[in-house]
Amino acid sequence: MSRARNGWVLPVSLVVALLLGLVPLPGMLQPVRPYWLALVLAYWLLEEHEQVGLGVAFTLGVLADLVFGGLLGEQAMRLVVMAFILDRFRARMRFFPLSQQALVIGVLLFNDRVISAAIHVVMGAPQLPWRYWLAPLLGMALWAPLHFVLDALRLRRRG
Amino acid sequence: MLRLLAFLILATALMVLDYRGGWLRMARTQAEVAVQPLWWLAALPSKVGVGLREEAVTRTQLARDNERLRNALLVIAARNARMRTAAAENERLRGLLGSAERGRLDVQLASILDIDLDPTRQRLLLDAGSNGGVQVGQAVIDAGGLMGQVIATTPSTASVLLLTDPDHAVPVAVARSGIRLVVYGSGRSDALHLADVPLSADVRRGDQLLTSGLGGRFPPGFAVGTVGPLRPDDSRAFLEADVVPAAQLDRGRDVLLLRGYKPVPAVQDSSPCVQGEVGRGCEAQGAESSATQPVSATAKPLPNPPLPSQGRETSTEPRR
Repeated sequence: MSRARNGWVLPVSLVVALLLGLVPLPGMLQPVRPYWLALVLAYWLLEEHEQVGLGVAFTLGVLADLVFGGLLGEQAMRLVVMAFILDRFRARMRFFPLSQQALVIGVLLFNDRVISAAIHVVMGAPQLPWRYWLAPLLGMALWAPLHFVLDALRLRRRG
Repeated sequence: MLRLLAFLILATALMVLDYRGGWLRMARTQAEVAVQPLWWLAALPSKVGVGLREEAVTRTQLARDNERLRNALLVIAARNARMRTAAAENERLRGLLGSAERGRLDVQLASILDIDLDPTRQRLLLDAGSNGGVQVGQAVIDAGGLMGQVIATTPSTASVLLLTDPDHAVPVAVARSGIRLVVYGSGRSDALHLADVPLSADVRRGDQLLTSGLGGRFPPGFAVGTVGPLRPDDSRAFLEADVVPAAQLDRGRDVLLLRGYKPVPAVQDSSPCVQGEVGRGCEAQGAESSATQPVSATAKPLPNPPLPSQGRETSTEPRR
């Protein structure tokens, strides 16, 4: 990774992911909104291991909770768990073909939904309708294009 | 591994503290000021979209709209005239009865910031904040009826707890029979929950529910919803029902904030549940007593202890 990096891509992509989580969607599409933040974070965890770790995941999660108006700490916990698992399997995952990576990401997003549901049970918050469980599928489908776009931005030659 | 544990414990601590309310709530309100630019940015596409659509409407469409609105205005003005005579009559009768005069209602228009917040929490963000005179505790209505109440303000936004939030309860009266009940939020945006209706109570499917004004948070007489089919609850000792909200609780429109109605500070010590425990038994207890006597806990913006907000209200009072 000694190529000229575009340092701005990392923060900008995370902010865009936050915004995509907020942008109003029509009622029908709302449940399947992919967890953009997790997708983008997963990309950076795999590619820029030195810069992005558990600390970034936690901070980002707290920020997301503030922005989305949810329970403070919920997304922080979800993202930290995801970051930890990704960190463990990073070495192997980086050499997976994209399709296989997408599968792993899908499983991670599904796991994320399970954690979120568990937090809601413990906190006595209402559960989301079943349609929200479809969102990981869409997230899985979006992994390859997202990977492609972020790669292109990150590794593009300056000038 | 240790780092993971540390972060998990930190996250849990945050959740528990946020859930319990208290100082973290204040810190959160402060921090929300910092994320406002993001909200504003996220709402931008829909704002631009509305702007473009307004630019693109044709003359004929405008003329048609104009005619439709003029007709609607005519109908409403006629209705209003009739209401005025009724109000005058009401005033006279009230005078005869010697009861307290009910003040006129003053409203302020605010638009909803068009962004999707956490779907498990029934909240809205308004595009007006404490700089615009919005205060914690103000009731929010639309043309259909009651929507919710303001639970937090920043200088340029205000968050509204909708009636449909599971932490929300509103004391109502059945318009037909005057029976007093409590309507709870269900967590779904299209339904409210009417619980603990005594078997003998005169409540039927299709009854209109209005705010009763008990508890002092909401002014009386605003439509809350329509009762759906009643069914026995789990204990078989009471009835419960779904209520279709009267207000349109979706995003992307303007709402009205009630001004000039001074919320009466809720009595704090008469019920053990007031401090905001969601325990099922606690709610049921509150509702049971509400059928026969005024409730003290009007609404339970759960993580938000009522005391600081009242402090803020009284401190801003001289401005009005």
